[in-house]
Order: sequence, then structure tokens, then C-alpha cells
Amino acid sequence: MKKTLLGLALSALTALPVMAQDSEKTLYFYNWTDYYPVELLARFEKETGIKVILDGFDSNDTLLAKLQSGGAAYDVIVPSDYVIPGLIQDGLLLKIDTHAMPNYAHMKDAFKNPNFDPKHEYSAPYLWGVTGLAYDSAVLGGGEIEHSWKEFFEPRPEFVGKIAELDTASDAVLAASLYLGIPQCTESNDDAKRILELLESAKPNLKMYTSDSTVDRMASGEVSMFHVWNGATARATLQRDTIRFIYPKEGTPMFRDNFAVPANAPHPENAKIFINWMMTPEIAATVSNSIAYGNAMKSDAFLDEKWRKMDAINMPEEYASRLVPTQDCGPAARELRDRIWTRLKG
Amino acid sequence: MNIRRFPMTREVSLLVLAYLYVPVLVLVVYSFNANRTATIWSHASLDWYGRILTNPSIQAATVNSLILAFAAAIGATTFALLAALATSRAFPRRGAVEAVLNMPLILPEIVVAVATLMLFVALGVQLGLGAMILAHTAFCIPFAYLPIRARLEGMSRSYEEAAQDLYANRFRTFRRVTLPLLWPGILAGFTLAFVTSLDDFLTSFFLSGPGTTTLPVYIFSAIRAGITPEINAISTVMLVISVLLVSLSFFLSRLRR
Amino acid sequence: MSASPTLRRLGLLTPALATIGLLVGVPLLLMFWISLLQKGGTSGVDWASVPSGANYLRLVWEEDFDGTMIVNTSYLLILLRSVLQAALTTGLCLLFGLPVALWMAGLGRTQRDIMLLLITIPFWTNLLVRNYAWLIILREDGLVAQTVNAVSPFGPVQLLYNDLAVAIGLTYSFLPFMILPLYTVFEKFDWRLLEAAHDLGATRARALRRVVLPIAGPGILAGSLLVFIPCLGAFVTPALLGGGKTLMLGNIIQMQFGASRNWPFGAALSVVLLALMLIVMTSVALLRNRRAK
Repeated sequence: MKKTLLGLALSALTALPVMAQDSEKTLYFYNWTDYYPVELLARFEKETGIKVILDGFDSNDTLLAKLQSGGAAYDVIVPSDYVIPGLIQDGLLLKIDTHAMPNYAHMKDAFKNPNFDPKHEYSAPYLWGVTGLAYDSAVLGGGEIEHSWKEFFEPRPEFVGKIAELDTASDAVLAASLYLGIPQCTESNDDAKRILELLESAKPNLKMYTSDSTVDRMASGEVSMFHVWNGATARATLQRDTIRFIYPKEGTPMFRDNFAVPANAPHPENAKIFINWMMTPEIAATVSNSIAYGNAMKSDAFLDEKWRKMDAINMPEEYASRLVPTQDCGPAARELRDRIWTRLKG
Repeated sequence: MNIRRFPMTREVSLLVLAYLYVPVLVLVVYSFNANRTATIWSHASLDWYGRILTNPSIQAATVNSLILAFAAAIGATTFALLAALATSRAFPRRGAVEAVLNMPLILPEIVVAVATLMLFVALGVQLGLGAMILAHTAFCIPFAYLPIRARLEGMSRSYEEAAQDLYANRFRTFRRVTLPLLWPGILAGFTLAFVTSLDDFLTSFFLSGPGTTTLPVYIFSAIRAGITPEINAISTVMLVISVLLVSLSFFLSRLRR
Repeated sequence: MSASPTLRRLGLLTPALATIGLLVGVPLLLMFWISLLQKGGTSGVDWASVPSGANYLRLVWEEDFDGTMIVNTSYLLILLRSVLQAALTTGLCLLFGLPVALWMAGLGRTQRDIMLLLITIPFWTNLLVRNYAWLIILREDGLVAQTVNAVSPFGPVQLLYNDLAVAIGLTYSFLPFMILPLYTVFEKFDWRLLEAAHDLGATRARALRRVVLPIAGPGILAGSLLVFIPCLGAFVTPALLGGGKTLMLGNIIQMQFGASRNWPFGAALSVVLLALMLIVMTSVALLRNRRAK
């Protein structure tokens, strides 16, 4: 098994020089900050001669703002699944025909033909993760909690005052919607009212709303329960081994981050070489080992033992049905979400 | 009894100094922390300073920050010098002119930053170093203007007048008399503008493009994942640079005439 | 021989004024125009929409979740809270800034210069990192919290993630803006006045109230303005040290240009912030003129 994988990886690598290159050996790569092992860039340059210039963004909104302003020409970007249909529709992405790339063969079947890019013409999967619930089992003397958003919205007394929520309206509203059985991106006022009431009732139990230093806050024990991403939880678990992660049964929001090439990319051929290279199983595994999120390649053989034993990274198969892809809400739903958030914090 | 001393003012002042310097101290101390999580202390180490020397993203960001700060400070200082030469003599509406020059000082930066972004987007201006230099030049003008203006204020007109009595033309007077006397003020203004641009986050955040991430923007995005001693280490380096430059500017503007 | 003084002056002023006019003035005008438009589908602005005051109406008046039109108090509350927070910070800066400025003015020249430098240095460190340093200092298992809790008669106290923490952070950022104008006033102060008051038998407190404070007036006004206005737009400190539980004006502006993707509404909020600033500055100017008379 391992040998075939290595063989495939090697054949993919030797196939590289055949691909067309831009005359300028440069690539502008715009990725989430701290979401890529920079050592790989030196390796890529050594193998292909293409120098990668990496910039970081902090949210899909920052990425969208830069793309829509039309003034920023990157070669490879990393949008999440739910913003891709909008980008394709607005003509902001270049057709790269991922399905025809040599390393496409290494992709796990579950990730092929995704709903946001059905024929894999515009994007290639990078990493994926979920937003669930992390908690410190030490608070319960090693006890476990139910796999439900109930534990967050109606917390046990041990957690009250030590809970943190992501400081983004979309995450908070989505979790509340899932718990209440309300569709994502609802445009109904009644639904909005119920969501607001739930969030307001949960607010007194919270210590803070925050989206930064998530790993530190859990690792240092500053918060004992966090509505947060699985990768951050895994990294915190390395420092505090009593941290656990649950995939709530009412629905666990899933994000799939992808490589894509903007329509105005100055070096599209280099971009394709890079994306194909990133789909090499061994390279994909290097990323996962370093960043602590799962990839879409058949790379499990290269995955570190420390991640493999963690539920947060190596999701048990039976939870797959709980995953809910995140959607990009329309203007009406966004405005409703905005009103909920402003009232909640007003 | 010294009439100039009020009771308790000394104690309050020392308290305030402590209040100002404890966070700076904490910041510097934690840059020597071996633990990856900045808020948990384990033991002393210089690793993070080594790390910032080898991290290509930080190096690129440092180069961008320096280019941006140099360009913006040169532009702002030149414009501010010209303006200060005009405003050093009274004329009608001088107050209004000075109010416009100082406008960037009091406007909330977030408002100006998003407004500039909207303008550039509406005009189809390419985001990146060029756009950032333009915007930084604008908001650095008052920082360069104030020290130059203060220096001119304190400068005696008699030297210039003497030179002109000796039939030196205006340009010659400026080059041989005004400029040498004004030099400390110009350098002070330049360094203040330089440091202001170096530390700016919001404007750069909205206007940066491919390959033009600056240090403050890098720090902001990196903090999302958690502040590491690496960030403390960069901040310490930036602090040392800023302190050196500000002290330089300070002593230059205070040079005996 | 040479151009008229007016023309020469114009030539000297043009580069600076044009730069600020084109890169600060014009953007602000454009922002005002955008605040009258509607938001676009995926991008920020629908440039073709008919100008209206809808974005401003939304600040006070909105459709409730049950369909009725109600007065929306959340934005007014946020506005009020931002003003109160800025006022509290200004008050704290004055409380600590005044004694410092007074003490500095009484020092010898070299000591004064060193103090001036010491006061301004922390201002040049990265704002985010400075706030993080406070996070380390005020955290529950930190030294300060443990000391406070050891002597606190009310049991354990939470130092972080409340309005007090925000005030500490904001005061930290803006204190130099208060001390410097005050110091400039005291530096020029004629100490003989104080001696005269003393000779006439005035106590120190009385001399302070009747002689020093009236003279400090313009410095207090200038300093308060320099602290109050940037405080109104602050958003990093409230988000970090306040635990994100409440929004400030700066936060909701930033939200509109981020996740909400509603540039016209963000522009309207910015215009409101500017209007608020203008009101404060005009009243300060009026106050100053009245004093001058």
C-alpha cells in the first residue's frame, strides 16, 4: 500500500517538468495565515524553480473584499467551499480543470465532484475541518458530555462562566439554527427571533466571544468549553491532554478550503503546477501533520500517529452523517444575521 | 518648601510610569519564553529571535514595511516642509490651512481607511505598495509637519533677513541659511513620519495587495491563530527600532540652535 | 523679480493640501455619497441604485422580527456606550495625566526632556501587541489578579473581559495625548503667580483650584479632544479586552466592510461617527471662545 502510494507520488513528480510554465518563475499565493507549512515553499522552489510569495488573510470576507475590489492579482487563493459558487458566478475564477491534473487520481472519492464545483473545474481541495464543541474533561473529573449543542446552549453548571464562542455572527447563528432545527440562511423573521432568544439566553454563561488565540485559550485553561474548530482543538490537546472534541448530533458545520486561481492571475500556469504538486499525497500529509487539519488525498499512511488517535482530526466514520456543509447566505439572510448580532451585543 | 512641587504628583507620576512600562516589559520578557504559547511561561530561550531571522514571511513583511515607511516618510516630509515654509508667516486663513493639514491626526483611522479603499476600488486602482504609499504619505503629513513647523517657529527671522540684506537671492538664502538651521526639525519630522507608517495597521490592511503584506498586517493575521513568542520577538525588534528613531527625532528637535 | 507672496505660498502649500484633499477629503465625500446608495449583491455597493436616506433611517427605525416597525434601540445603545466609554477613558486620562504634567513642569530641563521621551515611547509599540500584554497581565492566574484576589473583600474578582479592562487598555493607548497638551500649558506657566497666591496665604489646594486649573483650561480641552475622538472609533481594544460581549461603533463599522458586506450601511455609520466628532469639536471650540472672552 505504502509502496504504491510512493510510486504514484514519484511518477507524479517526474510528470511535472512536462507541464507548461509561465516565463516568470513567480507565484503569488494568498492563504489563511498560519495555515501552510512555509518549509514546503522552499522545497517547491527547489523542485520547480518557481518562487512562491505567500500573503495571509484572516477570513473569507477579507479574501472576497480583495478579489472583488479587482485590484489585487494573486495566482493561487484558498477560498472556503461556500464562497466558491459566488466566485464562479461572478467570473472571478479561472477554469483550471483540476480533474485533468495528474495527481487528481490520489483524491479520496468522498471529495470528488463536490456540490460547490460539481466537475472540479475551478478548484482543488486543500484542507477541511469542522466547527464543533471542545471541552476540558478535567472539569467534569474526566467525565464526558453528550454529543449535542444542548451542552453549549444549556451548559452544565461546571462550565458556566468558562465558555467561549467564536466572535463571528455566521458561526454563532449557524450553531443556534442547527440546535433549533432552523434551516441555514433563514430569511424568516420568526426564525430570527427564536435564534436571537436562544443566543441571548446563552450569553450570560459565556466568558467571551473571541476568534483569536483559540489554541492558547484552551491550552492555558482560560476557557473550559469552546465552540471552535477541530484543528485548533487538536493543537490545544497536544498541550493539555484532557481536552475533548465533540461532533454535535444536530449537525456539525463543515468547511472545505480549496485552492483556486483568480481570473486575473498573472501566472496561471505556475498556479496549476503548484496545485497539482499540492495534491501529491506525501505533500498533503506534510501539511496535515503540521497544520492539524485533514486533507482530501489518500495520504493516511503518512499521517502522524499523534493526530491519528485524536477524534478531533481523525473523525470516526459514524459521525460523517452529522456533517453539514456551510452555505453562503444571500443578502437578505446576511442582513437578518447582522440584525440578530447587533441586537445580541447592542 | 518648593512652590513648584504639588503633593502626590510625584507618586502619581511614578505610578503612571509603571503603568506605561509594565506591559512593555511583559512583552519583552515573554519574547524570551521557550513555550510556543505566548501566555504560558516555561523557560528562557533565544529560539524565537532565531526563528524570525529564518521565517521568509517575516523577512518579506519587514522589507515591505521598510520600503513603505521610507517612501511615505520622504513624500510626507517633503510636502510638510514646503507647507511649513508657507505657514510660518501669518496670512489670512492660515488657521483653516493648518486644520486641513492636521486633519489626518484627528479623523478615526478606520473611517479614512475604508473610505480610501472605496475610492481606489471605484477608480480601479491596483491595490498594493503604490496604493499604500499614497495613503500613508497623506496621513504621515501632519506627523512630519508639526516638528518642522515648531522648529521654524522658534527660528529667528533675522538670519534670513541678514542674508537677504546681503543680496542673497531667495533660493540661496533657503539653501545656505534656512535649511541648515531647519535640518534637525526636518529629520525629527522624517523619523516621526517613518515610525507612524511603520506601525500602521488599518490602512495597510485594507490596501495591501499580492506580496505587500507589512509587519503589522502579518502580526494581526498571525494573532488569529494565537500570539506566539515569535510575535513578541518581532514586536520587541520593532519596539527597539521605534525607540531608537523616536529618541533620535526627539534629541534632534531639541538641538540647541 | 519673484512671484507674488500669495502665489508663492500657494505653490508651497499645494502638494500637501492636494495630497490630503485627494486621499482624505475626496474619499470622505465619496463615502458620504455611498452612504446614500444601496448594497450590491455580491460586491459592496450597487452603484446604480437611487440615492436615499434608508441607511440612516435603519439606525433608529426598523422592521421588528414580527413585522411591525419599531424604534431600534440597539444602534442608539451602541452609540451611547461608545460615547460613555470614550468619556470614561477621557476622565481617567485627565485624572492621571494632570498630576503627571504638573510634576513634569516642575522638573529641571533635562529631567523634563527624559520624562517627555518616557511618556511617548510606549505609544510607538504595536497596538495589538500592547493589548495582548494587558491580556497576560490581567489574566486570572496572573500576578495582578492573584494579588487583587488575595486582598479583595468581595471574593474572586474578574479583571478581564469587562468595561474596566477596556478602560484600562484605552487609557493606556491615549494617556500621552492628554499629558502632552497639559504639559505644554504648564511649561509656560508663570510660577510667580503661585508664589503670590502662597504669600497671600492661599493653601495649596486653593492655589491649585483658583490659579493652576483655570490656566490649564485650554490644555484640558485640547487633551480631552485628542483622547475622546480616537476613542470613539476604537475597535481593537474593546474586542480584545472586553471579551467581545458588547459592540462599539468601531466594531459595527468594521463588520459592515467584513462579514456583512454592506458598504453603504458601513459608510452611513462612518458618517454618523464623523458627525459626532464634529459636534464634540464645535462645542469644544465654542467653550474655548466663551472662556477667551
